[in-house]
Amino acid sequence: MLLLLLGIIFLHLAALVLLFVSTIVSVWTTGESTTSDLWINCTTSGCIPASTGEWIQSVQAVMILSIIFSCLSLVLFFCQLFTLQKGGRFFLTGTFQILASLFVMSGAIIYTVMSPEWVPEGNSFGYSYILAWVAFPLALISGLIYVILRKRE
Amino acid sequence: MLTFLALTSVAFLGIVPEQSQAIAIYTGWERHALVGSDIRLSCSFFSWRWTSEDVTFSWTYRPDGSRDSISIFHYTGGAAYVDNKGPFRDRLEFVGNPGRRDGSILLKNLELNDNGTFTCDAKNPPDIVGRPSSVRLLVFEKVPIQAGVITGAIIGVVLGLLVLIVVIYYLMRFLVARRVFSLSVSKHGKKKKEGSQQRQGPVPPADPSKIKV
Repeated sequence: MLLLLLGIIFLHLAALVLLFVSTIVSVWTTGESTTSDLWINCTTSGCIPASTGEWIQSVQAVMILSIIFSCLSLVLFFCQLFTLQKGGRFFLTGTFQILASLFVMSGAIIYTVMSPEWVPEGNSFGYSYILAWVAFPLALISGLIYVILRKRE
Repeated sequence: MLTFLALTSVAFLGIVPEQSQAIAIYTGWERHALVGSDIRLSCSFFSWRWTSEDVTFSWTYRPDGSRDSISIFHYTGGAAYVDNKGPFRDRLEFVGNPGRRDGSILLKNLELNDNGTFTCDAKNPPDIVGRPSSVRLLVFEKVPIQAGVITGAIIGVVLGLLVLIVVIYYLMRFLVARRVFSLSVSKHGKKKKEGSQQRQGPVPPADPSKIKV
């Protein structure tokens, strides 16, 4: 029972950490001499803030929202752990976690669709972009587990 | 007492050293404008002396990426001389008021090539020591959206919706609970009335499973 609890929390935390790394470190595209991401474009000569286009701002917003919702669901999980009746389901926690995963998915999709505009020809996607795509199924699975899980004594 | 204060303040003004009486010129720091619009570049100065009749204003322009400045405006001896050969011919107008220490100019019909630094230098004889002040002009084709506006808007809307849903949920629960409570009170009231009419009836047996030791 304790093992199950620890496993679920570990999964949730893993998804959360991936979200944080993906949003903040954010090496979304890499080239020979440039890296660029949601916030800043860096070349060997210097860094300039990212273009202020509408779509990149929406990707920023969606990634931040997914972090917020994932943190909220972690807090709600601990709240519900102590206040839920026996046999109850962690609906609220699961809802927030699934919403967080949907936000990450939409952020990654928008970035992929708009990438021909942002990513110059020779560049490839960096590891933060891949982390975002990995965080999406992790968060989704975690949310589904919460919805299915029943509280036992 | 008051005269003493007045005398000391006048004495202070008198002992102020000459260096701090330099003229101070104020312009903006950076100006943004759209192509084709007009913009007023303001320039004013502060000086300890009264505004003299020989006050002069001069504006120079240095294009972005160039190291040469050209003079585009000069006001002296009560007359304003605007650029009639350079990049701003027929587009420059003096809209300042030298008597009020205002040496602002109006640039009309801006072009993309007008990006650059405009420097205003004012002199108020005998107060001529001062540092000219510069304002940077940025001309855009369309107004760029500031960084973070859309981000903040999306985050704010979603979080606001979340708060709204939570508030509505608790409100509904509160209202439903109140309705249920008032319904149960009325039912309980009815039962009590019926119970008091049946007082002579048998007492219902106590449920042993509910008795806790």
